[in-house]
Amino acid sequence: MYRIALKMLIGDRGKYLGIIMGLTFASLLITQQSSIFTGLMTRTYGFITDTAQPDIWVMDPKVQFVDDVKPLQDMELFRIRSIEGVEWAVPLYKGLLKAKLEDGTYQICNVYGLDDTTLIGGPPQMVQGSLSDLRRLDAIIVNDVGARTRLAKPPREPGGKPIPLKVGDTLEINDRRAVVVGICRTSRTFQSQPVIYTTYSRAMTFAPRERKLLSFVLVKAKSGESVKALADRIQRRTGLAAYTAQEFKDLTYNFFMKNTGIPINFGIAVGLGFVIGTAIAGQTFYNFTLENLRYFGTLKAMGATNGILLRMILLQALLVGSIGYGLGVGGASLFGYLLRGTELSFRLTRELLFFSGIAIGLIIVISALISIRKVIRLEPAIVFKG
Amino acid sequence: MAESKIAVQCRGVTKSFVTGTAKVQALRGVDLKVQMGELLLLVGPSGCGKTTLISVMAGILDHDEGECLIFEENLRAMPQNEKTRYRGRHIGFVFQAYNLLPTLTALENVCVPLLLLGTSRKEALQRSQELLAQVGLEDKIHALPSQLSGGQQQRVAIARAMVHGPRLIVCDEPTSALDGQTGQKVMEVLRKTALAPDRALIIVTHDSRIFNFADRIARMDDGRIVEIESQIAHT
Repeated sequence: MYRIALKMLIGDRGKYLGIIMGLTFASLLITQQSSIFTGLMTRTYGFITDTAQPDIWVMDPKVQFVDDVKPLQDMELFRIRSIEGVEWAVPLYKGLLKAKLEDGTYQICNVYGLDDTTLIGGPPQMVQGSLSDLRRLDAIIVNDVGARTRLAKPPREPGGKPIPLKVGDTLEINDRRAVVVGICRTSRTFQSQPVIYTTYSRAMTFAPRERKLLSFVLVKAKSGESVKALADRIQRRTGLAAYTAQEFKDLTYNFFMKNTGIPINFGIAVGLGFVIGTAIAGQTFYNFTLENLRYFGTLKAMGATNGILLRMILLQALLVGSIGYGLGVGGASLFGYLLRGTELSFRLTRELLFFSGIAIGLIIVISALISIRKVIRLEPAIVFKG
Repeated sequence: MAESKIAVQCRGVTKSFVTGTAKVQALRGVDLKVQMGELLLLVGPSGCGKTTLISVMAGILDHDEGECLIFEENLRAMPQNEKTRYRGRHIGFVFQAYNLLPTLTALENVCVPLLLLGTSRKEALQRSQELLAQVGLEDKIHALPSQLSGGQQQRVAIARAMVHGPRLIVCDEPTSALDGQTGQKVMEVLRKTALAPDRALIIVTHDSRIFNFADRIARMDDGRIVEIESQIAHT
């Protein structure tokens, strides 16, 4: 009977394709928008992900997310180093500074100052040069996207392509000379400014003079030491906030979730995908059932119980649901693949595939339920009416 | 008639429908017996209750009062699923509009009652093929209903009604959508292949051209059997 159910469905090409199109559209929209949302939210803590060595991030208790820097006094670093269980603790500067380009224009850059001795907190991947080149005079490392775009030099002739910043080129940051000694690759962050890495002491010369400039203290726990316990200890002893890397990511993520319109905007798009998908697929599936009501009645008269008819409809729904889901997820993946390496944030995770599957599952259950109700209530005597 | 065992026995059967605020009395106390091995025609004007009576006798509609026994079973008293399964085992249907599933081939359509009874697909296909050969459609087994003429579709429907060996076959206006010659052929097939000593046929019809195929003709009017003619000379 299941083969018959599938032949009933597939034989009506127009409706069959219509239902699949509706489900594909819903699956595509739900998966694609959720992936962009996830990608965007992942970017909010991209810098924490890139800075993988420390176990604990120490900062002002009022800090709400990674870009919300509230400077500390330098002496906090020494207090933290004195706490038992700390393997090492290094300073990190993070700030937005203006860089003057070769053509005289200014560009705001995200400047990170790394511990002079260890260079802990450096970029995850070097494209050109090495991290230790930062020890050279006036050295900076810029990220590849920044070097190609906002920090690029003007074209040699009008209408030409900008010339990417390369090793050996110079910039001015706060009237100080800065020489590019390397190009790195970093995760995209929520801020679109170019990224510049330098040493902590050089960052102090780039930054405008302020009494406090230390942004974060990065801490490594001794082997065998509980990271959570050490973070609590640092918090108790210093009165500062100390988060594990995951806690800091969560803090940042939650800030953007609560304080920006991003979740609502994407939620609306995902919701629309669900509603439109349900409407198209549900309506078409229902019409398909209505048009086949005479045949369902015939089957009922010939001995098909409600259980058999229910399973037939569920199988039909499952088939179109699976195909629509597969096509939608495939389309969303293709979209992400084709736009990889662009400004678009796209992150399709296993959880999102599951979420999208659940949504499509719900759509087909709703669609099938409407049809099943009609078929279950169907009087087999309908077969003798015209 | 080889046997005089009773296939269907109706006693004082009534059935009414509510349409809006109006109550329509479709059956007003029908008394009728159908014997095994008999072809009974149920005739009468439109709206006289023929279709309602055949629906009650086929167990697809519950009557209000009276008693309707099908092979001595009271279907009205059965739970819904049991009644459905009983129909699947013992009753075959032939419809005016054939009601063949349009996306299935003739062979697959004939298979349906067997598959519903849990017969294996292989066996169902084999038996269906034999039945299609009996109704003269051995060369059309892979044709879709849309590729068959009206007469051929009705013969597929007859094969479908017989394939699982039901003891009662009910037909609703089986010739009304066919021209006279095709109608005669369909009735010949029905009479020749469907009628057997252990099986009864009840046919609702308006078509007087097929009256000569009947063993008895029950005339209905206004929800009652008004006359029963016996021993019709059939071809």
